[in-house]
Amino acid sequence: MILLLLLLIPFVAGLLSWVAAGGRNTWCRWIALVSLLADLLITLGIWIQHPQDTGQWWYTYRVSWIPQFGISLHLAMDGLSLLMLALTFFLGALAVLISWKEIQTRVGFFHFNLLFVLCGITGVFLTMDLFLFYFFWEMMLIPMYFLIGIWGHEHREYAANKFFIFTQAGGLLMLLAILGLYFVHGANTNVYTFDYFDLLRTPMEQATGRWLMLGFLIAFLVKVPAVPFHTWLPDAHTEASTAGSVILAGLLLKTGAYGILRFVLPLFPEAVVVYAPWIMLLGVAGILYGGMLAYAQTDLKRLIAYTSVSHMGFVLLGAFAFNEIAYKGVVMQMIAHGISTGALFIIAGALYERIHTRDIREMGGLWSSVPLMGSAAMIFVMGSLGLPGLGNFIAEFLILLGSWEANHWLTVLATIGLVVATAYSLRIMQHVFFGQDSRQYALQDLNSRELIIIIALVLVICWLGFYPQPVLHTSQIIDYVVR
Amino acid sequence: MSYADFISLGPLITLCAAAVIAMLLVAVWRNHRLVYAFTVLAFLMGLMAIVPAIRYIPHLVPPLLVIDEFSLFNTGLILVAGFIIVLLSFNYFEEREERKEEYYLLLLLATIGAMVLVVSRHFMSLFLGLEILSISLYGLIAYLRARERSDEAGIKYLMLAALSSAFLLFGMALIYAFTGHMDFPGIGAALRQAGYLPVSVMAGFGLMLIGVGFKLGVVPFHMWAPDIYEGAPLPVAAFIATVSKGGMLVLLIRFYQDIHGNDYPMLWWIVAIVAVSSMFVGNWLALMQQNVKRILAYSSIAHMGYILVAFLSGVQTGLEAIAFYLVAYFITSIGAFGVVIVMSSSQQDAETVADYKGLFWRYPWVATIFTAMLLSLAGIPLTAGFIGKFYVVMAGVHGHQWVLLFMLAANSVIGLYYYIRLIAAMFNTPAAGEWVAVKPALPVAGNITLALLMILLVGLGVYPTGMMQLIQQMMKILV
Repeated sequence: MILLLLLLIPFVAGLLSWVAAGGRNTWCRWIALVSLLADLLITLGIWIQHPQDTGQWWYTYRVSWIPQFGISLHLAMDGLSLLMLALTFFLGALAVLISWKEIQTRVGFFHFNLLFVLCGITGVFLTMDLFLFYFFWEMMLIPMYFLIGIWGHEHREYAANKFFIFTQAGGLLMLLAILGLYFVHGANTNVYTFDYFDLLRTPMEQATGRWLMLGFLIAFLVKVPAVPFHTWLPDAHTEASTAGSVILAGLLLKTGAYGILRFVLPLFPEAVVVYAPWIMLLGVAGILYGGMLAYAQTDLKRLIAYTSVSHMGFVLLGAFAFNEIAYKGVVMQMIAHGISTGALFIIAGALYERIHTRDIREMGGLWSSVPLMGSAAMIFVMGSLGLPGLGNFIAEFLILLGSWEANHWLTVLATIGLVVATAYSLRIMQHVFFGQDSRQYALQDLNSRELIIIIALVLVICWLGFYPQPVLHTSQIIDYVVR
Repeated sequence: MSYADFISLGPLITLCAAAVIAMLLVAVWRNHRLVYAFTVLAFLMGLMAIVPAIRYIPHLVPPLLVIDEFSLFNTGLILVAGFIIVLLSFNYFEEREERKEEYYLLLLLATIGAMVLVVSRHFMSLFLGLEILSISLYGLIAYLRARERSDEAGIKYLMLAALSSAFLLFGMALIYAFTGHMDFPGIGAALRQAGYLPVSVMAGFGLMLIGVGFKLGVVPFHMWAPDIYEGAPLPVAAFIATVSKGGMLVLLIRFYQDIHGNDYPMLWWIVAIVAVSSMFVGNWLALMQQNVKRILAYSSIAHMGYILVAFLSGVQTGLEAIAFYLVAYFITSIGAFGVVIVMSSSQQDAETVADYKGLFWRYPWVATIFTAMLLSLAGIPLTAGFIGKFYVVMAGVHGHQWVLLFMLAANSVIGLYYYIRLIAAMFNTPAAGEWVAVKPALPVAGNITLALLMILLVGLGVYPTGMMQLIQQMMKILV
């Protein structure tokens, strides 16, 4: 029941804030903020109650929905979902805070969309029914489309369309694969069901399994995004409003990674082994290629967007290394990347609000006028390049450690990615905050609202770096990952 | 005619009587409101007449008609669709035409034609139904005589429909010549006995398919659709998109079932080619359009292609999928046309994409409904269209039609683009001075109808179980 509550709170709040828009804009902001904080508190409460994942499901909720097809409203929560949900509500609440001043048009509708995306993401992280998973997977696209398309920058429509069409194409392949799995399971066991736990032990031929797995995998690779499928991401990130970018980078990409961990690996244990080296190669390609492209960008948000491609490559690398260390690293990376990239987007957004450009050639020497923002950026840039003491370091270290066992050469190549990361990270600092201050901007430093956001993020990223144990405990190994 | 016949044919008889009375009514006293109210009542009576008919199913009226769950369900669907279209018509014609009373008469007749199609199991009744439908449609399409495009569309439809009827007749004759039967089960039995498909029968099927394909508006018989959607009065376009196509589709299903179409791979291939080309041509051409009516026309061509994929799956689920898809498609199409209807002013239909620019900020309510309808056409969750598409894909997977399914998936993505473009236009903020002149009349009845359609759309999208149960019960009789 508590799981249903987690879903319903943003849903109802979304509708409420749309209605409340008729009154005053502040109302919708408060409704959104309070609802997300409430969800965050519930999640943290659960976390405190269950500090360690014992491999069991803490909560399940199941009611029949479309019994003819064996579809049920089946929700369940374990450590992985819990961590993802905590991240979702944390970043969600921050997204509301950042848009407090930035969004001044159709405020009610904005918050409605924001909360609906979050509701969809929550659903994705909780559902244990494949039909329902697809349902939520598609449901979060539409409000995200609006978030980019209405409140974005100059080329927002193009970016929104591209985002939508890419993810939808992937989604349809996944639908085919889900249905294929459904019928294969039905033909073999005579039980027609979309239930995750039943489908887990579907006996099937190897060839069938490989095809079905590809259907799932492509949908998730588009979302992650892996290299040949990544072209929607820089456009979407660049054109979206700050809150949109934070949601995209911090949460939406994670749904792809989550899908790989939760569905691809356990459902197709044989097929994944066959494809694992290739997918790890894709991951490494993403790390290097994304990093190099990031270095070449002059648009600050685009630069950060490409760093996402690079960082999410580590997730792919670790997920297909099939060992516990890499798996923990992957979960850590999902969280740390969400926090650090989200923070970088927030800083880029704050800068844009002040100087109305995202072109880093127009910036330079800003440190003297905005020292607070500069030091915040410094922390997250250092996180991004993997400085020890911050969450990203733990994550990447664990992933590399784990993938070494699986594949030496790919790990070596991935490690080179860290050098690339250093290059582009320092480039951000050098071009934006140090160097020549030719423009002589008179800027206002972070105000108290922004300071609260940044401090929250800094605390979390440092906590992850210095004391990652709670996260590692909670992301307790699921037996299928290790072979 | 026995008592059981009488009750079973109740809906049909009610509407026939209503058509006659409507004609007399118009002759005695021309009053728009009166005829309108009478037609609404007639449709309601027709719907109520279904209830007693349920007790007698399955009931044969040999040799022409069959009343079973399948036909009653589709009769109900047609009547509901017709009813909603009537509701949306009043304001539209009130503002545009001087002599609007005959419209209702023609609409009743066209509905009767479609109803005959869904109960027929014989070439005679098939042809009768088809002609009643077509001939009323000639008048309906050209109803707004003052408009140039209206005449053009009417004449175009007249020519093409007459031609396609001729093909249909020739095809029937060929089949009759070989099998000696005109009723569907008889033909099926004769073909089974023969054990093979002779060339003349094959040719007959081919020729019949031209006639049927024309009515369905599938490629390559789709040329008329965009022009007629564009030229016809909007409620009539909605009628053609739903009732006319739906009636024909139901007939096609029954015919195919009765002649055991699945036994003949040749037939399968022909329909498959039609389905794939409909999806591609429909979606591709829709991409190029700037006119909302034409977009809807081409998208409906593509949707017929999707339905044919379920049709070709050759499994029970496929038939259920078609029924569900039809329900969703009826709601969505009527809803989409309904939005265009309420948005149109008396001078000009709101038909260019530019008319919808910034609609969300001017009329958020209408824009929300239109968005929901378009998302349903695109098959996005929380709408009936999503469940419908899911059902179709499910049938395809069940029947192992992987190639067709990949085509369907590819086409859904293409289709997405033009639906999204329309939605984006509605959310677009037009620059100052770019506000378009269309000043819609937003009648209360129209708004309520649209609201109901949207509730239905979301209701079926969120909780489709009831409708699915109903459909599964009804489709058992067929296989």
